[in-house]
Amino acid sequence: MDFGLSEEQTLLQTTLRRYLEAECRPTRVREVMESETAHDSGLWRGLAGLGVTGLMVPTELGGSGLELLDLALAADELGRSSTPGPFLGNAMATIALLEGEASARERWLPAVATGEAVLSFALGEGIGEWDAERLETRFQGGKLDGTKPLVPFAEVADAILVAARGPEGPGIWAVDRGAPGVTSTPLTGNDLTRRVSHVRFEGTPASPVASGRAAIDRVRDAGLVLLAADASGGAHRCLEMTVQYALTREQFGQVIGAFQGVKHQLANIATDLEPAVSLWWYAAHAYDHIREKSERHAALAKAHLTDLYDTTVRYAIELHGGIGFTWEYDLHLWFRRALFDRAFLGEASYHRQRAADLAGW
Amino acid sequence: MNLKYSEEYQHFRDEVRAFLQENWTAADAASNPVASEMAQSLGSIARTDERATEFRKKAAARGYMYRHVPRRYGGGEQPPDPLKATILQEEFRRVKAPPELASQGPSMLVPTLLAHGTDEQKKQFVEPTLLGHIRWCQGYSEPGAGSDLASLRTSAVLEGDEWVVNGQKIWTSNAREADWMFALVRTEPEAPKHEGISYLLIDMKTPGIDVRPLRQMDGDAHFNEVFLDNVRVPRGQMVGPRGEGWRVSRSTLKAERALIGNASMARRAFDGTVLLAQQTKVRGKRAIEDSKTREQLAELEARVLAAEYNGFRLLTASARGEDPGLAGLVTKLHTSTLAYDVSRLAMDISSDHALLAPGEKHAPFSGFLVQSYMMYFALAIGGGAPNIQRNVIGERGLGLPRDTRR
Ligand SMILES: Cc1cc2nc3c(=O)[nH]c(=O)nc-3n(C[C@H](O)[C@H](O)[C@H](O)COP(=O)(O)OP(=O)(O)OC[C@H]3O[C@@H](n4cnc5c(N)ncnc54)[C@H](O)[C@@H]3O)c2cc1C
Repeated sequence: MDFGLSEEQTLLQTTLRRYLEAECRPTRVREVMESETAHDSGLWRGLAGLGVTGLMVPTELGGSGLELLDLALAADELGRSSTPGPFLGNAMATIALLEGEASARERWLPAVATGEAVLSFALGEGIGEWDAERLETRFQGGKLDGTKPLVPFAEVADAILVAARGPEGPGIWAVDRGAPGVTSTPLTGNDLTRRVSHVRFEGTPASPVASGRAAIDRVRDAGLVLLAADASGGAHRCLEMTVQYALTREQFGQVIGAFQGVKHQLANIATDLEPAVSLWWYAAHAYDHIREKSERHAALAKAHLTDLYDTTVRYAIELHGGIGFTWEYDLHLWFRRALFDRAFLGEASYHRQRAADLAGW
Repeated sequence: MNLKYSEEYQHFRDEVRAFLQENWTAADAASNPVASEMAQSLGSIARTDERATEFRKKAAARGYMYRHVPRRYGGGEQPPDPLKATILQEEFRRVKAPPELASQGPSMLVPTLLAHGTDEQKKQFVEPTLLGHIRWCQGYSEPGAGSDLASLRTSAVLEGDEWVVNGQKIWTSNAREADWMFALVRTEPEAPKHEGISYLLIDMKTPGIDVRPLRQMDGDAHFNEVFLDNVRVPRGQMVGPRGEGWRVSRSTLKAERALIGNASMARRAFDGTVLLAQQTKVRGKRAIEDSKTREQLAELEARVLAAEYNGFRLLTASARGEDPGLAGLVTKLHTSTLAYDVSRLAMDISSDHALLAPGEKHAPFSGFLVQSYMMYFALAIGGGAPNIQRNVIGERGLGLPRDTRR
């Protein structure tokens, strides 16, 4: 037994971190997030060049054929540097394709792996509805009808994979960019690094990707783990920034990190955060290897890590004082990502209720 | 990451089962003078009768117990292996076989002796301690020296071949039952405070020792005051060099079980609380059906799982020879805080009946969960109070400046 990262995984982490520290510093993050789409094709190609977009794509389709843990380690790094762009929706769509129809897989995955194609995934409906059985978007006679209020990066996606109800139950269908009957409205979100659009389908032609509720649930579970990993990376970054600040900012004739009040707040954060890393590692590992535990762990990890993210960034801002409240200072980038991570795919209490149901309590 | 039981481990589990079947029968288990698990985890009670001793000897000889201790001193002498340690714990628990003793002798004195003791000291003390034949108490804290332990004042003065010890220890757990005490005493009154301390082994039957029980908040009296009045200790009973006691006492326990221990306590408390919620009806409804309770349970379970998997992570780091850093420093504060929170939910589930005392049959689960709430204070304070943990995490883990401390 081994509960740790492999050498390859550690290498992936350090390579990505080095790349992002050079190419995705906060100044760059700001430029991209203030652009029209918050998607920078240069950055995306760079990430694809390091293998990020193809981590889970099978080797015969041009990817690395790895597992969710590897992808989550990438999400961790992207969260740490608050990387703008369509990683999450693209990753969820990739996973939908993995277990789907061969034709769809072969059509999209090679281009996803190279970064030439960007995909998105549309699941949630109404307010807070992420349950595959309760979707109201319909697929009938080759066409989709319905509304998806929070579709990530719909404006840049080459195709949107849509979870809907067909004649034989829930399934996933692909809508190509520019397909007729699509009305996409970009929304203003809190997180400027991850955009969402309100998308309406009216008699939109769509092709089959996967069928059955299980396929949708798997995509959702992977998304939950990726959000937990993003939250973990972001929270760690906030903690480190605050430690650095506490080592340099002086008041009352000493650095503020020498005050126990400050030190103990930071110690409390580390105490909550560090063991939680193992929780999302486990959830990611379970997704591929311990199926019977995967759904519950994904729910618990998302709820727990995104709560911790919020707490961490809250203390981080407070401990910075006035500068922490400014637009110029970078902490709000992570604060905004924490808001996204908590809300997207459903709030913490929803997933805790689900975890309780799944436990058979 | 690989959590599968490979064939090698399946085989190991089969071996352990076969061993247990042969050496620990259901009748043996039934004859156990039942000690509560909570008391066991604090090291105050554990089975050490002849049958248990015979079993422990066999288990150690097979490499199933005290795996970090060399064979010549009665240990199992095995390389650290987190999965084997987990399998052993699971299988031993399943048939209620006597576990390794976790009291202060085996867990604190033995590693210290192994690192700093003379061969003679190891031969005299290690095996009998592992079998529970010599019981120890830890004489560190004093009325004026708790968190600031190095300010301790109990003195030892060399007279001929004997150290003459005078002073007072306090909060000394199990001092009344103990055969021996390992103690920190001041031997160099002129030296800076950390450099004037020595580590002594004191026979509790020596004249001049007076032990007085202290009643605890939970009504029990496991801890004591120990007065030492001209207690004469042979020179050969010092561990490590004179004046080096501080360093000697810092030898940390790298044994496998120390790392798994804490999380399993939180897990037991949590599982107990789920059961309580399933069996307790409040205002006509089972507590488990209340949506807020379900949510709180799920929140706590995430933290319990984090503690458990963090334990796996530490074991893996130790097997790989890596320094786990923060992941290791935070465990005590993480699990003791978690344990409080689990207890508080258990009390809320018991509703107004949480006011009933432990042992009261009208209380849900006989008030057991309230009693464990009190026990968690002992775990949180003993061996370094929470703020001291926070200092260590902040300073050693995060690199923040040291407090000004004299
Ligand atoms: C159940 C139990 C069993 C025990 N068994 C033993 C035993 O067998 N042998 C033994 O030697 N001892 C034993 N102890 C003693 C234990 O190690 C001490 O109680 C502990 O180290 C704290 O010391 P203190 O009680 O003097 O508290 P103090 O040191 O007076 O601390 C009081 C409070 O001040 C805080 N504080 C102190 N210094 C600082 C600082 N620098 N920064 C911020 N806050 C600070 C602490 O966090 C604590 O909250 C036991 C204690 C308990 C509760």
